[in-house]
Amino acid sequence: MTLVLRHPVMIAAGCGGTGPELAPYVEMADLPFVTRTLTRDPRAGSPGARMAESPSGLLNAIGMDNPGVAHFLEHELPWLVRAGAQVFVSLAGSTLGEYAELARRVGAAPGVAGIEVNVSAPDPGGAGIFEAREPFHAASAVAAVRRATPADLPVLAKLRPDVARVVESARAAVEAGATAVVVGNAVPAALPGGRPAGLTGPAIAPVALRCVTEVCGRLPQVVVVGCGGVADVAGARALLGAGAAAVQVGTALLRDPTTAMRLLAALGTDPSTRPREEP
Amino acid sequence: MGERDPRHVLAEVLASRRAGAFRHLTLTARGIPELFRPGTFVAASVAPTQMTRRALWIHRVSPTGTFGPTLDVVVEPRGVGGRWLADLTVGARVELTGPLGRPFSLPREPVACLLVGEGWSAAPLFPLAERLRDRQSAVTFLLSGADEAHLLTPREARRMARAAHVVTADGSVGRHGDVMSVLPAVLESTGAAVVYAAGPTALLRAVAGAAAAAGAQSQVALQEPLPCGTGLCRACVIGVRGTDGAAHQVRACLEGPVLPGDRVAWESLGGGR
Ligand SMILES: Cc1cc2nc3c(=O)[nH]c(=O)nc-3n(C[C@H](O)[C@H](O)[C@H](O)COP(=O)(O)OP(=O)(O)OC[C@H]3O[C@@H](n4cnc5c(N)ncnc54)[C@H](O)[C@@H]3O)c2cc1C
Ligand SMILES: Cc1cc2nc3c(=O)[nH]c(=O)nc-3n(C[C@H](O)[C@H](O)[C@H](O)COP(=O)(O)O)c2cc1C
Ligand code: FES
Repeated sequence: MTLVLRHPVMIAAGCGGTGPELAPYVEMADLPFVTRTLTRDPRAGSPGARMAESPSGLLNAIGMDNPGVAHFLEHELPWLVRAGAQVFVSLAGSTLGEYAELARRVGAAPGVAGIEVNVSAPDPGGAGIFEAREPFHAASAVAAVRRATPADLPVLAKLRPDVARVVESARAAVEAGATAVVVGNAVPAALPGGRPAGLTGPAIAPVALRCVTEVCGRLPQVVVVGCGGVADVAGARALLGAGAAAVQVGTALLRDPTTAMRLLAALGTDPSTRPREEP
Repeated sequence: MGERDPRHVLAEVLASRRAGAFRHLTLTARGIPELFRPGTFVAASVAPTQMTRRALWIHRVSPTGTFGPTLDVVVEPRGVGGRWLADLTVGARVELTGPLGRPFSLPREPVACLLVGEGWSAAPLFPLAERLRDRQSAVTFLLSGADEAHLLTPREARRMARAAHVVTADGSVGRHGDVMSVLPAVLESTGAAVVYAAGPTALLRAVAGAAAAAGAQSQVALQEPLPCGTGLCRACVIGVRGTDGAAHQVRACLEGPVLPGDRVAWESLGGGR
């Protein structure tokens, strides 16, 4: 099983709306699109201010605001599939059983191209989801999803951009059945005043680059998708040059919703952007 | 990427002029003026270190100028983004996305309309007044501000409307006081059937309440922070009440920023600014 992406630029989880919001600015057909993280039951997300700026960065405390997987499957997925997007559904459960249940339901839905297991939320406790404190916790969630997902569906494990643990996490995730790893999520941080939040945007690009470099260097056979701080072609090329097979863009879309288009136009012809085959 | 979809463009500043405490900017923005309806806004990218956008009301459009379609915005030079925008000089470039959001709804029949706006927030009320006047509605303005410098153009309001009432907090021009000190009397004298309001949340809430008490409809232009303006980030959720009375969460940038005053679950909102 390998990861075949139709484009080397993916829309990062939670940053592309439900799809139609992005459609005015991007050709949706063939676009690898990761949904916001879905949980079994609807979640209202955090009350109060959810976002603040930090120099070249963004702090968010959305708190996994989502309508629950049933609503997603019925009302949001069909639009994405009709638009021709390559849909990766991001999932998080409060228990391993919930991860498995979510994977079963999503894996059976027509048009889903893959699953992204979110085991790297910057504030899992606050969001009430399974806490992947150790690499083996993350791996057990990946294993639960892998077992419940049809064998021909790629499972991506989205990891924390924790330089000290990321190689170990990637190895454990792949051993647990991940087709590829996404390196990584928001950097755990705090809003002014101290509420937990995730830091994203160009401010974290050097952290993402370090994490991608470590994983690609130490685990050359693992397919890595780089994520964190990509806002322009140079940023995308930096992660691809470090060995990533593709990149995800998130925060940059809030500033310029055409970012994915711009990057694709510039990268489209790069030979380095072809996903690597599994050996 | 359809005909009627909002655009993301690199706009160029054609003119920048001071108006009291504010700056009026005229920008080229191909595609945006053509789709404009009063109450819609543009999201502007500011300094490269700032990841969120700044929403700006579209104050005026001219679809056919010498430089092609242009739009005007009014900015107050405060905060990182406000100052960055106000400092833009002629020829400077700025990324704009728009027009975004739901516009003001217009009454089907000609009726008396009261337009209430504070400071720069009154910007979207001027093109609204034009549309209402074109449809034979009687338009009255009620403009407020901290002082004369923070009032958006009573002179223009008088030109467009049947009457323009002015209140300032320091009494430097017009009546001394705030909107609520004169609103009930103005509602009564105009017999307004619809009240349109733009300003900080506390003002909108008070205006919506007063309108309801006078038996008028209200349309409020909310100014809750909109970090992306395009519906992508979900940081702008507010509560609205459906026809069943139950509150549900919507994104202010998509379902708003203009909403009927009686649909807003006011207790779900922050202070606004
Ligand atoms: C629908 C809408 C229309 C607006 N129209 C105008 C306009 O026509 N002219 C104008 O000068 N300003 C307008 N604003 C406010 C403007 O978007 C900026 O918030 C303001 O310029 C302050 O920028 P700042 O850099 O100080 O933000 P900061 O204080 O640095 O704020 C950081 C964040 O908070 C948000 N924020 C701050 N103040 C406000 C506010 N008053 N309302 C909403 N969000 C805020 C910012 O968007 C930003 O995401 C509007 C806001 C909204 C929501
Ligand atoms: C508003 C917002 C919402 C996000 N929602 C999710 C989410 O639901 N699930 C997830 O795994 N990551 C989420 N993320 C993290 C992004 O997918 C991405 O990993 C992170 O922002 C780093 O990339 P960037 O710097 O390009 O934004 C979110 C980020 C932002 C800014
Ligand atoms: S401002 Fe981002 S979704 Fe509304």
